[in-house]
Amino acid sequence: MYEKIFAKYEPTKDNLIYILHDIQDEHPQHYLSEDAVQRVSEYLNVPVNHIYGVITFYTMYSTKPRGNNIIRLCESPPCYLKGSDNIYKKLKTVLGVKAGETTADGLFTLEFCACLGVCGNAPVMMINDDVYGNLTEESVVTIIEKIRGGK
Amino acid sequence: MKYYRSHVLIGISDAALQAGVKEFETALRNELAKKNLQDEINILETGPLGFFGKGICLTVYPENIQYTDVKIEDIAELVESHFLKGRPVKRLLFEEALKGQVNFNYANRIVLKNSGIIDPENIEEYIGAGGYEALEKALLKMQPNDVIAEVKKSGLRGRGGAGFPTGLKWSFTAPIDADQKYIVINADEGEPGTFKDRLIMEGDPHILLEGIALAAYAVGATKAIIYIRGEYKLCIERLRKAIAQAVEYGILGDKIFGTEFSLAIDIKVGAGAYVCGEETALIESLEGNRGNPRWKPPFPGVKGVWQKPTVVNNVETIANVPFIIRNGADAFLQHGPAKSSGTKVYTLMGDIARPGLCEVDMGTSLRTIINEFGGGMKKGIKFKAALVGGAAGVFLPDRMLDVNMDFESLKEYAAVLGSGAVLVMNENTDIVDMLWSVLRFFRHESCGKCSPCKLGTALLYDLISKIKKGEGTMADLDQMVMVAEMMQQTSFCALGQSPIMPIKSALDNFRYEFEARLNK
Amino acid sequence: MKTLEELKKIREKAQADMKLRSTGTRVKVIVGMGTSGIAMGARDVMKAFLDEIGKRNLSDVQITQTGEKGLTSMEPVVDIVIEGKSAVTYGEMTPEKVLKVIEEHIINGNVVNEFVVAVDK
Repeated sequence: MYEKIFAKYEPTKDNLIYILHDIQDEHPQHYLSEDAVQRVSEYLNVPVNHIYGVITFYTMYSTKPRGNNIIRLCESPPCYLKGSDNIYKKLKTVLGVKAGETTADGLFTLEFCACLGVCGNAPVMMINDDVYGNLTEESVVTIIEKIRGGK
Repeated sequence: MKYYRSHVLIGISDAALQAGVKEFETALRNELAKKNLQDEINILETGPLGFFGKGICLTVYPENIQYTDVKIEDIAELVESHFLKGRPVKRLLFEEALKGQVNFNYANRIVLKNSGIIDPENIEEYIGAGGYEALEKALLKMQPNDVIAEVKKSGLRGRGGAGFPTGLKWSFTAPIDADQKYIVINADEGEPGTFKDRLIMEGDPHILLEGIALAAYAVGATKAIIYIRGEYKLCIERLRKAIAQAVEYGILGDKIFGTEFSLAIDIKVGAGAYVCGEETALIESLEGNRGNPRWKPPFPGVKGVWQKPTVVNNVETIANVPFIIRNGADAFLQHGPAKSSGTKVYTLMGDIARPGLCEVDMGTSLRTIINEFGGGMKKGIKFKAALVGGAAGVFLPDRMLDVNMDFESLKEYAAVLGSGAVLVMNENTDIVDMLWSVLRFFRHESCGKCSPCKLGTALLYDLISKIKKGEGTMADLDQMVMVAEMMQQTSFCALGQSPIMPIKSALDNFRYEFEARLNK
Repeated sequence: MKTLEELKKIREKAQADMKLRSTGTRVKVIVGMGTSGIAMGARDVMKAFLDEIGKRNLSDVQITQTGEKGLTSMEPVVDIVIEGKSAVTYGEMTPEKVLKVIEEHIINGNVVNEFVVAVDK
């Protein structure tokens, strides 16, 4: 996996963020392992501590293994006004995990995120690359069940 | 054959039948007979009339006047006014009804004139809409300095927040002699409630590419980078397609249109950090670092990406440039007041009837934006406040809705204009709770580089949480303002300087709500 | 790579296409495919149009996509453009509504009033 990704980028530091994106996307558990960081460090000739500094700075990276599907619920003011708190409560019940945790079956990781820019349809969440809008406590259940069924 | 001076077509549709069109027709005939007009006015039943009024609809010939949602109660007035005196009943006209409908304002749009009309994934549709004419004009008929002069003349100001004159910004970088210059497009749209740039990139990616090419030609840059949020998947996909198409058509690449001008545009994807909307933090991120802002000066225009002269512009700003070059600065100056020319895109959300977007002339009042383009409040609920400008925005009460939205009129609040986010809250909204949500956002997004912001955002969150729980005191309220003011004066970048705006505006306008929550 | 002359021709052709002057197209269906539209189900709506138009073999109907107009809360939004008539914008579309629009508007020429959110007059 690493060679294939490295082949796409020159070994310069400015490619760090994109290489990390690619590795994380490719990894079935959507995270950056210690091994990955080590390999990137060697390829770019950038110290490991710099890479960890970058990883922990940006919210889209994770150093912990995550589920197949990453749910990112918007918690910014427009969604908050439209009841994102209730959606969070519902998701917690349906999934049995809190924000930052992964379900035991490894199917979902629940996270918060900042504004996704789809506020006309607040509250919204993103599952992997797809945005779901006008969420209700009923609709989130349907969405989760659909993914569970389609695995 | 009988001669009628007028024909009334009654549309028979499901909606009309439900509205009682049969009774209506009888009543209309009776009323006409009463006025002895039955031999002059012919009534005909027909199918649905082909326009889209509600309820009972009529078309009157020979004038071809269309009435919509006509009720039995209206008949007397209709007959008296229209058929007897020849004066159409204005309030029932379809055109009048349309005014209450969705107003897209396409005729007045500049940056979103194609969004919602053309296929964003087909360069030929953009070209068909007059696309790349400005680039052709600039490259073949104008010198780089002419382009800058035109943009200066247009009065275009940055749509990212600070409102800095775009032409002036370019004129700092243009004369610098460097082996490489860059155009960087700030598409890291992170202000909560703001999605104007997403709409432009998704709906009309080529308008951005053309604007970039014009900017690059003007300042002598041959490389451009669009720095875009990682969350904007569709924008990234559409921009990539658009760039590939433009290269294929020879609109980007080497020696464009056979001139000496060459340009390559690259897309760089961010990884989720609000602070990267700050231009120097964005540049740090581009170089593969944590997105901590840099010290200014030197400004990016002199030393930006890899220490090379770099013009950083917001998406919406650049999307205005093709119009200015194609139609001239004077056409641009037709929009908005003198010192805030052009249009502005607003994103409307919250408790309004029609959340969405609008592009209107600068200087349009917030009330007009909310009522005319957002459809007013949702039925049955009252307005309380609008959070304008996102988290780094201001809470405005009803009495402040008449302020004109332009850089001059907004003065101290001008920074909120860039974002264009208008979050409308109803009478039951808890302002304390909303401010809590705003301050939670800042606590999460502070980059940690400077102490005032790192410590201040955490302290503000603690204070508002305490107040929210009903445990706050008057001293906490005062401290919140004091901390935010200190942050404004001492923070390194705009992030730490911003919380004072929502805090102060919330307290200035809704102080009673905070005081009611204190533990006395 | 295209010459300026070729670009001019593309421009003229594209302008003609937009006004439906290209051969064979009588109706243009334009589905709003911005993030909001897709979040509200525009992909299913697009698919319903493609399926049903294909099934009925309506060769004079062209289906295309566009960005957002500004009716975020009424997504998915679809425009029906018929030559010589006002463009009609339908809102809150679903695959079921698509069938009705095809049947009544595209085939029989009667606008489905109840789904209309705007009309370009």
